[in-house]
Amino acid sequence: MKLILAVIRPESLESVREKLYAKGIDSLTIIDVQGHGKQKGHKELYRGREYQVDFLNKIQIELAVADNMVDTVIEAISTGAKSGSMGAIGDGKIFVTNLEKVVRIRTGELNDSAL
Amino acid sequence: MTNEILQAVTNAVAEAAQAAPQFNWVDTIWVLIAGVLVFFMNAGFAFVESGFVRAKNTVVVLAKNFVVFGLATIAFWAIGYAIMFKVFGDFGSGVFFYSMGTAYPTGPTIPEMAFFFFQLVFAGTAATIVSGAIAERSKFLVFVLFSVLLVAVIYPAVGMMIWNPDGFLFKDGFIDFAGSTVVHSVGGWAALAGIIILGPRIGKFGKAAGKRKVNAIPGHSMSLATLGTFILWLGWFGFNPGSMLAVNEDVIKIAVNTNMAAVTGMLTATIISWIRFKKPDFGMILNGLLGGLVAITAGCNAVTVGGAAIIGVIAGLLIVFGIPMFENLGLDDPVGATSVHLLNGVVGTFLVGVFAVNGGLWYTGTFELILLQLKGIGYTAVVVFGASLIFWFILDKIFKIRVPEKEEIDGLDVGEMGTEAYVMHDK
Repeated sequence: MKLILAVIRPESLESVREKLYAKGIDSLTIIDVQGHGKQKGHKELYRGREYQVDFLNKIQIELAVADNMVDTVIEAISTGAKSGSMGAIGDGKIFVTNLEKVVRIRTGELNDSAL
Repeated sequence: MTNEILQAVTNAVAEAAQAAPQFNWVDTIWVLIAGVLVFFMNAGFAFVESGFVRAKNTVVVLAKNFVVFGLATIAFWAIGYAIMFKVFGDFGSGVFFYSMGTAYPTGPTIPEMAFFFFQLVFAGTAATIVSGAIAERSKFLVFVLFSVLLVAVIYPAVGMMIWNPDGFLFKDGFIDFAGSTVVHSVGGWAALAGIIILGPRIGKFGKAAGKRKVNAIPGHSMSLATLGTFILWLGWFGFNPGSMLAVNEDVIKIAVNTNMAAVTGMLTATIISWIRFKKPDFGMILNGLLGGLVAITAGCNAVTVGGAAIIGVIAGLLIVFGIPMFENLGLDDPVGATSVHLLNGVVGTFLVGVFAVNGGLWYTGTFELILLQLKGIGYTAVVVFGASLIFWFILDKIFKIRVPEKEEIDGLDVGEMGTEAYVMHDK
């Protein structure tokens, strides 16, 4: 089992979700997050003074999947989150980690049968 | 015998006529409606000021703007109105705690109670100006106390000089039709004194290369600030045209002049901020409109529509250059009240001396009216700035006008009021 964390643009959430649904992924959690990559944030103007906004609004998707689904999910998130055919700075990143244990609270089922 | 009866009846009729003057009810209803519009400016100030401060200080700003009209009502009723309009007249019993009169000082077309109501909502306006400038670091209690002093003593002292027919500046012919000086510069001078004694917000000024670096502290809601500015714009159509205290052709001109200066102020701020800061700066645009409104208030009945347009352009320039100027001097005004109300209150009053059709430099080539306007500006500055500095100083000595550092960082809403504007942790 793997935990997939994907940080994406808020505006690409809908297309990412469609791609995931198309691959049969029907459970996911999203979190509003703020962050920046190498390029940092952007400048804003307030009553004649410029100031730096370092942290931009992003969405983080959390998905727990079986091992054989990892590549499918990465593919789905990547195509959904990519701006245009070339992609753009700020499209986001995907992180994959091992998952030790999953418990479905209602039934007490464990691991693969709880996914 | 018949003659005596006739004489008695004639006397009785004359007495009755004296006791119940024939009021003009069209004038009266206009003054009441205009007063209601001015009253609603309290909502405008509440939204402009709360939009321009951070979310963590919103409730304190809202609460100040809400209770201030209550304070103003009591203070003006009990003391302020008497100082402003009664002390030169029949000073005696029934002067303080105004309850009933028959006619206002310059002519009985409206009942005095209507005049009192209109003056009361003006006094409230002067007090609301202060709250935004001292926001995000001053205690709620000291604002309450200062507002009472402002409406009971400082504001009526200026009003007495300029709007009381027995006031020396009124007699001289000083022109401040609806209060660029009496209302706006009074609020502005009081705010400036408060800012000086309070000091800037934590984080407003830093150091870079040995020089003062000014940091932007963005307000939390431009939507609220926009709504507030629209409400003030609406309210001003009561503020200036209502000050005629009657309905006639001049009232229409005043409404047109008021709007003209407002929009030229707004558009000038749009264009100049666009050139100066590379983008049309919306905070400046909102303040530009308010600056135009403040500047035209003194001369709205004295200038032509073209004159009003020029006054608005100058007001817009004063906003775009005034706000950074105050900041560069180390004065921190979160909402720009000193530029909007003080700078434009003073300059708007001065410009009457230039653009007034009767007596203005532009039309007559003489400086007489300009000098008179400067005299009124000067007296107001000395009285209001001086008294405000003293009051703020005394309040600071007794109560400490500034909140503790930790409270300022955590937000005044929880520290001062115990209530947050935006509750993010629903129980």
